[in-house]
Amino acid sequence: MYQLFAIGIENALFWYLIPLVVAVSLVYGGTRHEEVPEIIRQSVKSFIWVATFLAIIFVVVTIASWWT
Amino acid sequence: MAITYIEQENKEPLEIELREPHLAALLAWLFPGAGHLYQRRYAKGALFMICILSIFIYGLALGGGRCVYASTRPNDFRWQFFFQVGAGAVTFPALVQNAVTKDGGDPFWVLCDRYPIKSELPPNWFDKEFEIVEPDSDYEGETYKDGFMAPPDGPISTESEQVDTIAMWHRDMKQLYDLGTLFTIVAGLLNLLVVYDAYAGPMVISPTEKKRREKVESKSRQKAESQDDQNEASESNAGAN
Repeated sequence: MYQLFAIGIENALFWYLIPLVVAVSLVYGGTRHEEVPEIIRQSVKSFIWVATFLAIIFVVVTIASWWT
Repeated sequence: MAITYIEQENKEPLEIELREPHLAALLAWLFPGAGHLYQRRYAKGALFMICILSIFIYGLALGGGRCVYASTRPNDFRWQFFFQVGAGAVTFPALVQNAVTKDGGDPFWVLCDRYPIKSELPPNWFDKEFEIVEPDSDYEGETYKDGFMAPPDGPISTESEQVDTIAMWHRDMKQLYDLGTLFTIVAGLLNLLVVYDAYAGPMVISPTEKKRREKVESKSRQKAESQDDQNEASESNAGAN
Protein backbone atom coordinates (compact mmCIF):
# COMPACT_ATOMS: atom_id res chain seq x y z
CA MET A 1 0.00 0.00 0.00
CA TYR A 2 2.84 2.39 0.81
CA GLN A 3 3.99 2.08 -2.81
CA LEU A 4 0.89 4.00 -3.93
CA PHE A 5 1.89 6.92 -1.73
CA ALA A 6 5.50 6.70 -2.89
CA ILE A 7 4.35 6.85 -6.51
CA GLY A 8 2.09 9.77 -5.63
CA ILE A 9 4.93 11.71 -4.05
CA GLU A 10 7.31 10.90 -6.91
CA ASN A 11 4.69 12.07 -9.37
CA ALA A 12 4.44 15.45 -7.67
CA LEU A 13 2.67 16.79 -10.72
CA PHE A 14 -0.64 15.54 -9.45
CA TRP A 15 -0.32 17.93 -6.48
CA TYR A 16 -0.69 20.74 -9.04
CA LEU A 17 -4.24 19.54 -9.64
CA ILE A 18 -5.38 20.35 -6.11
CA PRO A 19 -5.64 24.15 -6.57
CA LEU A 20 -7.32 23.52 -9.90
CA VAL A 21 -9.96 21.27 -8.33
CA VAL A 22 -10.47 23.78 -5.48
CA ALA A 23 -11.03 26.63 -7.93
CA VAL A 24 -13.35 24.56 -10.12
CA SER A 25 -15.39 23.51 -7.07
CA LEU A 26 -15.69 27.08 -5.80
CA VAL A 27 -16.73 28.48 -9.18
CA TYR A 28 -19.22 25.64 -9.74
CA GLY A 29 -20.66 26.20 -6.27
CA GLY A 30 -20.89 29.91 -6.98
CA THR A 31 -22.86 29.33 -10.15
CA ARG A 32 -25.30 27.00 -8.39
CA HIS A 33 -26.15 29.15 -5.37
CA GLU A 34 -26.38 32.77 -4.33
CA GLU A 35 -25.71 32.74 -0.59
CA VAL A 36 -22.20 32.15 0.70
CA PRO A 37 -22.91 29.26 3.14
CA GLU A 38 -24.72 27.37 0.36
CA ILE A 39 -21.87 28.07 -2.04
CA ILE A 40 -19.33 26.70 0.41
CA ARG A 41 -21.45 23.61 1.11
CA GLN A 42 -21.83 22.88 -2.60
CA SER A 43 -18.11 23.53 -3.20
CA VAL A 44 -17.07 21.06 -0.50
CA LYS A 45 -19.39 18.41 -1.98
CA SER A 46 -18.02 19.01 -5.48
CA PHE A 47 -14.40 18.93 -4.28
CA ILE A 48 -14.90 15.61 -2.50
CA TRP A 49 -16.63 14.15 -5.56
CA VAL A 50 -13.96 15.27 -8.03
CA ALA A 51 -11.03 14.35 -5.74
CA THR A 52 -12.48 10.88 -5.13
CA PHE A 53 -13.02 10.36 -8.85
CA LEU A 54 -9.43 11.43 -9.61
CA ALA A 55 -8.07 9.19 -6.85
CA ILE A 56 -9.96 6.18 -8.22
CA ILE A 57 -8.65 6.85 -11.73
CA PHE A 58 -5.12 7.22 -10.31
CA VAL A 59 -5.34 3.87 -8.52
CA VAL A 60 -6.75 2.12 -11.59
CA VAL A 61 -4.04 3.51 -13.87
CA THR A 62 -1.29 2.67 -11.33
CA ILE A 63 -2.49 -0.92 -11.00
CA ALA A 64 -2.78 -1.23 -14.78
CA SER A 65 0.79 0.04 -15.17
CA TRP A 66 2.07 -2.72 -12.83
CA TRP A 67 0.65 -5.34 -15.19
CA THR A 68 2.22 -3.96 -18.38
CA MET B 1 -33.55 46.52 -15.11
CA ALA B 2 -33.99 42.74 -14.74
CA ILE B 3 -34.80 40.87 -11.56
CA THR B 4 -34.82 37.13 -11.01
CA TYR B 5 -36.33 35.19 -8.10
CA ILE B 6 -34.82 32.07 -6.60
CA GLU B 7 -37.26 29.75 -4.81
CA GLN B 8 -36.01 28.62 -1.41
CA GLU B 9 -37.32 25.86 0.79
CA ASN B 10 -39.30 27.21 3.79
CA LYS B 11 -38.15 30.75 3.03
CA GLU B 12 -39.20 33.77 1.03
CA PRO B 13 -37.98 33.69 -2.60
CA LEU B 14 -34.59 35.34 -2.95
CA GLU B 15 -34.67 38.39 -5.17
CA ILE B 16 -31.58 39.05 -7.30
CA GLU B 17 -31.30 42.30 -9.18
CA LEU B 18 -29.49 41.62 -12.44
CA ARG B 19 -29.58 45.27 -13.60
CA GLU B 20 -28.72 45.20 -17.35
CA PRO B 21 -28.04 41.46 -17.95
CA HIS B 22 -26.37 41.95 -21.37
CA LEU B 23 -23.96 44.52 -20.00
CA ALA B 24 -23.32 42.37 -16.93
CA ALA B 25 -22.56 39.36 -19.15
CA LEU B 26 -20.17 41.42 -21.29
CA LEU B 27 -18.37 42.75 -18.21
CA ALA B 28 -18.24 39.23 -16.75
CA TRP B 29 -16.54 37.98 -19.91
CA LEU B 30 -14.15 40.93 -20.17
CA PHE B 31 -12.96 40.60 -16.59
CA PRO B 32 -13.96 37.62 -14.41
CA GLY B 33 -16.21 38.81 -11.60
CA ALA B 34 -16.69 42.35 -12.96
CA GLY B 35 -20.23 41.58 -14.09
CA HIS B 36 -21.18 40.52 -10.57
CA LEU B 37 -19.57 43.57 -9.04
CA TYR B 38 -21.62 45.70 -11.47
CA GLN B 39 -24.74 43.88 -10.20
CA ARG B 40 -23.65 44.58 -6.59
CA ARG B 41 -23.25 40.83 -5.92
CA TYR B 42 -19.94 41.60 -4.30
CA ALA B 43 -19.19 38.29 -2.56
CA LYS B 44 -19.67 36.22 -5.71
CA GLY B 45 -17.84 38.78 -7.82
CA ALA B 46 -14.83 38.63 -5.54
CA LEU B 47 -14.97 34.82 -5.41
CA PHE B 48 -15.04 34.44 -9.20
CA MET B 49 -12.39 37.08 -9.72
CA ILE B 50 -9.96 35.46 -7.29
CA CYS B 51 -10.56 31.87 -8.44
CA ILE B 52 -10.50 32.38 -12.19
CA LEU B 53 -7.74 34.95 -12.34
CA SER B 54 -5.55 32.98 -9.98
CA ILE B 55 -5.72 29.77 -12.00
CA PHE B 56 -5.21 31.71 -15.24
CA ILE B 57 -2.17 33.55 -13.92
CA TYR B 58 -0.83 30.40 -12.27
CA GLY B 59 -1.24 28.49 -15.53
CA LEU B 60 0.46 31.26 -17.49
CA ALA B 61 3.35 31.22 -15.03
CA LEU B 62 3.68 27.42 -15.27
CA GLY B 63 3.85 27.77 -19.05
CA GLY B 64 6.59 30.38 -18.83
CA GLY B 65 4.32 33.08 -20.27
CA ARG B 66 4.22 31.13 -23.53
CA CYS B 67 1.23 28.78 -23.17
CA VAL B 68 -1.35 31.43 -24.11
CA TYR B 69 -0.87 32.65 -27.66
CA ALA B 70 -2.99 33.09 -30.77
CA SER B 71 -1.88 31.51 -34.00
CA THR B 72 -3.58 30.20 -37.14
CA ARG B 73 -0.38 29.54 -39.10
CA PRO B 74 0.00 26.29 -41.04
CA ASN B 75 1.41 23.59 -38.67
CA ASP B 76 0.57 25.78 -35.68
CA PHE B 77 -3.18 26.21 -35.37
CA ARG B 78 -3.53 27.06 -31.68
CA TRP B 79 -7.04 25.73 -31.05
CA GLN B 80 -6.46 25.98 -27.27
CA PHE B 81 -6.67 29.77 -27.54
CA PHE B 82 -10.35 29.58 -28.48
CA PHE B 83 -11.00 28.19 -24.98
CA GLN B 84 -8.48 30.42 -23.22
CA VAL B 85 -10.14 33.53 -24.67
CA GLY B 86 -13.14 32.77 -22.45
CA ALA B 87 -11.14 34.38 -19.64
CA GLY B 88 -11.54 37.76 -21.32
CA ALA B 89 -9.24 40.74 -21.52
CA VAL B 90 -6.33 38.95 -19.87
CA THR B 91 -5.88 37.10 -23.17
CA PHE B 92 -5.90 40.24 -25.35
CA PRO B 93 -2.10 40.62 -25.28
CA ALA B 94 -1.96 37.36 -27.25
CA LEU B 95 -4.08 38.92 -30.01
CA VAL B 96 -1.85 41.98 -30.06
CA GLN B 97 1.29 39.84 -30.23
CA ASN B 98 -0.22 37.81 -33.07
CA ALA B 99 -0.93 40.98 -35.05
CA VAL B 100 2.54 42.37 -34.40
CA THR B 101 4.44 39.20 -35.33
CA LYS B 102 2.29 38.16 -38.28
CA ASP B 103 4.50 39.73 -40.93
CA GLY B 104 7.80 38.95 -39.29
CA GLY B 105 7.84 41.74 -36.71
CA ASP B 106 9.36 41.37 -33.26
CA PRO B 107 6.98 40.77 -30.34
CA PHE B 108 6.48 43.13 -27.43
CA TRP B 109 8.14 42.07 -24.17
CA VAL B 110 10.76 39.64 -25.45
CA LEU B 111 11.39 36.89 -22.91
CA CYS B 112 14.51 35.49 -24.59
CA ASP B 113 16.32 35.16 -27.92
CA ARG B 114 16.96 31.85 -29.64
CA TYR B 115 19.48 30.84 -32.26
CA PRO B 116 17.82 30.40 -35.66
CA ILE B 117 17.43 27.31 -37.78
CA LYS B 118 20.66 25.45 -38.73
CA SER B 119 20.65 26.64 -42.35
CA GLU B 120 20.95 30.22 -41.11
CA LEU B 121 23.81 29.51 -38.68
CA PRO B 122 27.58 29.39 -39.32
CA PRO B 123 28.85 25.75 -39.15
CA ASN B 124 30.50 26.13 -35.73
CA TRP B 125 27.12 27.20 -34.27
CA PHE B 126 25.08 24.26 -35.66
CA ASP B 127 24.60 22.60 -32.29
CA LYS B 128 22.97 25.80 -30.97
CA GLU B 129 19.90 25.54 -33.24
CA PHE B 130 16.84 26.91 -31.33
CA GLU B 131 18.78 27.07 -28.03
CA ILE B 132 18.46 30.20 -25.87
CA VAL B 133 21.14 32.81 -26.64
CA GLU B 134 23.34 33.20 -23.56
CA PRO B 135 24.00 36.73 -22.26
CA ASP B 136 27.75 36.37 -22.87
CA SER B 137 27.37 34.93 -26.37
CA ASP B 138 29.28 36.64 -29.19
CA TYR B 139 26.75 35.53 -31.80
CA GLU B 140 25.80 38.49 -33.99
CA GLY B 141 23.27 37.08 -36.46
CA GLU B 142 19.47 37.22 -36.51
CA THR B 143 17.69 35.49 -33.64
CA TYR B 144 14.23 34.14 -33.03
CA LYS B 145 12.43 35.87 -30.21
CA ASP B 146 10.24 34.30 -27.51
CA GLY B 147 7.68 36.94 -26.61
CA PHE B 148 5.23 37.05 -23.71
CA MET B 149 2.00 35.49 -25.00
CA ALA B 150 3.49 35.59 -28.51
CA PRO B 151 3.39 32.81 -31.11
CA PRO B 152 6.58 30.75 -31.40
CA ASP B 153 9.08 32.33 -33.76
CA GLY B 154 10.73 30.50 -36.61
CA PRO B 155 9.42 27.69 -38.83
CA ILE B 156 7.19 25.09 -37.17
CA SER B 157 7.83 21.55 -38.28
CA THR B 158 5.63 18.45 -38.51
CA GLU B 159 8.67 16.16 -38.93
CA SER B 160 9.35 14.14 -35.79
CA GLU B 161 13.14 14.62 -36.00
CA GLN B 162 13.07 18.34 -36.82
CA VAL B 163 13.46 20.71 -33.89
CA ASP B 164 11.46 23.91 -33.66
CA THR B 165 10.65 26.53 -31.01
CA ILE B 166 7.62 24.64 -29.65
CA ALA B 167 9.77 21.52 -29.22
CA MET B 168 12.27 23.58 -27.21
CA TRP B 169 9.48 24.94 -24.99
CA HIS B 170 8.36 21.39 -24.24
CA ARG B 171 11.96 20.32 -23.60
CA ASP B 172 12.68 23.25 -21.27
CA MET B 173 9.42 23.23 -19.31
CA LYS B 174 8.59 19.52 -19.64
CA GLN B 175 5.06 18.69 -18.41
CA LEU B 176 4.59 22.16 -16.93
CA TYR B 177 3.93 23.65 -20.37
CA ASP B 178 0.96 21.32 -20.92
CA LEU B 179 -0.18 21.83 -17.34
CA GLY B 180 -0.12 25.61 -17.86
CA THR B 181 -2.15 25.19 -21.03
CA LEU B 182 -4.66 23.06 -19.12
CA PHE B 183 -5.02 25.61 -16.31
CA THR B 184 -5.61 28.49 -18.71
CA ILE B 185 -8.14 26.52 -20.75
CA VAL B 186 -10.04 25.62 -17.57
CA ALA B 187 -10.02 29.29 -16.51
CA GLY B 188 -11.54 30.26 -19.86
CA LEU B 189 -14.24 27.61 -19.66
CA LEU B 190 -15.11 28.43 -16.04
CA ASN B 191 -15.57 32.07 -16.99
CA LEU B 192 -18.25 31.03 -19.46
CA LEU B 193 -20.24 29.64 -16.51
CA VAL B 194 -19.69 32.93 -14.71
CA VAL B 195 -20.97 34.85 -17.74
CA TYR B 196 -24.15 32.76 -17.64
CA ASP B 197 -24.54 33.45 -13.91
CA ALA B 198 -24.19 37.18 -14.50
CA TYR B 199 -26.74 37.08 -17.33
CA ALA B 200 -29.42 34.86 -15.78
CA GLY B 201 -28.63 34.29 -12.11
CA PRO B 202 -27.55 31.05 -10.40
CA MET B 203 -28.58 27.65 -11.78
CA VAL B 204 -30.56 26.67 -8.70
CA ILE B 205 -32.94 23.74 -8.71
CA SER B 206 -36.05 25.20 -7.08
CA PRO B 207 -37.71 23.20 -4.23
CA THR B 208 -40.80 22.69 -6.45
CA GLU B 209 -38.69 21.25 -9.27
CA LYS B 210 -36.75 19.12 -6.73
CA LYS B 211 -40.01 17.62 -5.36
CA ARG B 212 -41.27 16.98 -8.89
CA ARG B 213 -38.08 15.10 -9.78
CA GLU B 214 -38.19 13.06 -6.57
CA LYS B 215 -41.81 12.14 -7.36
CA VAL B 216 -40.92 11.04 -10.89
CA GLU B 217 -37.95 8.99 -9.60
CA SER B 218 -40.00 7.21 -6.91
CA LYS B 219 -42.73 6.42 -9.46
CA SER B 220 -40.24 4.89 -11.88
CA ARG B 221 -38.62 2.96 -8.99
CA GLN B 222 -42.05 1.56 -7.94
CA LYS B 223 -42.77 0.63 -11.55
CA ALA B 224 -39.44 -1.21 -11.84
CA GLU B 225 -40.06 -3.08 -8.55
CA SER B 226 -43.57 -4.17 -9.58
CA GLN B 227 -42.17 -5.27 -12.97
CA ASP B 228 -39.56 -7.39 -11.14
CA ASP B 229 -42.29 -8.92 -8.92
CA GLN B 230 -44.38 -9.80 -11.99
CA ASN B 231 -41.36 -11.38 -13.72
CA GLU B 232 -40.57 -13.47 -10.62
CA ALA B 233 -44.20 -14.59 -10.34
CA SER B 234 -44.38 -15.63 -14.00
CA GLU B 235 -41.04 -17.52 -13.70
CA SER B 236 -42.21 -19.43 -10.62
CA ASN B 237 -45.51 -20.30 -12.43
CA ALA B 238 -43.59 -21.55 -15.44
CA GLY B 239 -41.38 -23.66 -13.14
CA ALA B 240 -44.39 -25.16 -11.35
CA ASN B 241 -45.99 -26.11 -14.73
